[in-house]
Amino acid sequence: MWNWIQRFSSPKHFYSMSVPLIKWFAIAALVIGLYGLYLGLFVAPTDYKQGDSYRIIFIHVPAAWLAMFIYMVMAVSAGIGIIWRIRLADMVAAASAPIGASFTFLALVTGSLWGKPMWGTYWIWDARLTSMLILLFLYLGYMALQSAIDDQRSADKASGLLAIVGAVNIPIIHYSVEWWNTLHQGASVAKFDAPSIHIDMLIPLLLMAVAFKLFYATMVLVRTRNESLYRDRNRRWVREIVEKL
Amino acid sequence: MNKRSRRKVLVLALVFGVSIATVLGLTALEENMLFFFSPTQVNAGEAPQERSFRVGGLVVPGSINRLPDSLTVQFEVTDNAENMTVEYTGILPDLFREGEGIVAIGSFAAGGRFVADEVLAKHDENYMPPEVADALKASGQYDYSGKM
Repeated sequence: MWNWIQRFSSPKHFYSMSVPLIKWFAIAALVIGLYGLYLGLFVAPTDYKQGDSYRIIFIHVPAAWLAMFIYMVMAVSAGIGIIWRIRLADMVAAASAPIGASFTFLALVTGSLWGKPMWGTYWIWDARLTSMLILLFLYLGYMALQSAIDDQRSADKASGLLAIVGAVNIPIIHYSVEWWNTLHQGASVAKFDAPSIHIDMLIPLLLMAVAFKLFYATMVLVRTRNESLYRDRNRRWVREIVEKL
Repeated sequence: MNKRSRRKVLVLALVFGVSIATVLGLTALEENMLFFFSPTQVNAGEAPQERSFRVGGLVVPGSINRLPDSLTVQFEVTDNAENMTVEYTGILPDLFREGEGIVAIGSFAAGGRFVADEVLAKHDENYMPPEVADALKASGQYDYSGKM
């Protein structure tokens, strides 16, 4: 079992196995994303209170969900890297951070643009917005630690511990709207009751969420491949690839 | 214990320790994390008299009073127990409606009037087409409470 995991998690094996996956994830993300956008922007009905402004939900909510999802992937990979010393797991964590930071930024910006006309302000220090800003800082801190330490193993250990410690922020983001009085509304979909969103709006929202996840799957594979080439630049399997070019 | 399981225990202990510390920290902060006061709390004198604070509540239907020749508007907010009057000069957000939740940031002016510097609309988590909202209203199932 252990030998099997070690063989399949070797960067060399991953580098050749990931090629077909990338293609299919990219195609699925594109198709589902375009269909979701079409349904969301042209087919879904207008909202009874917000009119058409609510349509930013089809970008904002999938981006925020994905930002939290990527953080959990990053923290779990970092934990696997620290405990079992699987190099591929450290590479996945390092490759995920900039993608997660981008989607956190996207969620913050789209929320801010929606907040001005709807709430009357671009920004407010309520628990949901603040914990989301902390998530962005955690990502940036992880990336800073990765690049500040020259020795790769120390860098993975230090930034990995930050990622694991920061995971405590994820349930705080999710429950912030329940634990405190926030300006941000409560959950419409991710709760035990029936969703408080009409089915014709819910379907494009879920399609967009799936498309965003597939986009992340594509990007993390591409970036992990690059990361493995860079980290193993002095190893034989990379030299063989370079020589063939 | 070999090295691998020692690292496992260390990571788990770290996660556990940080979680406990966060729960304790947030519990201690609970009071200060209060985003707004309700009209009941304000009327009971719990809100600060000197500095600015936030008031949250639902806009009482029919209470909106626009003063002539200015952007000043007066309205009542309620937590369904007590009401208080808010005065504001400026442009109100899109979602400001009768019966909807708002948060006003301001302080007491002379004469005990609450004057807001900023009025924010609080949106609820319900999304539906206008026809569905009308149907719910017609059948009496529409939730006017606008949960705060």
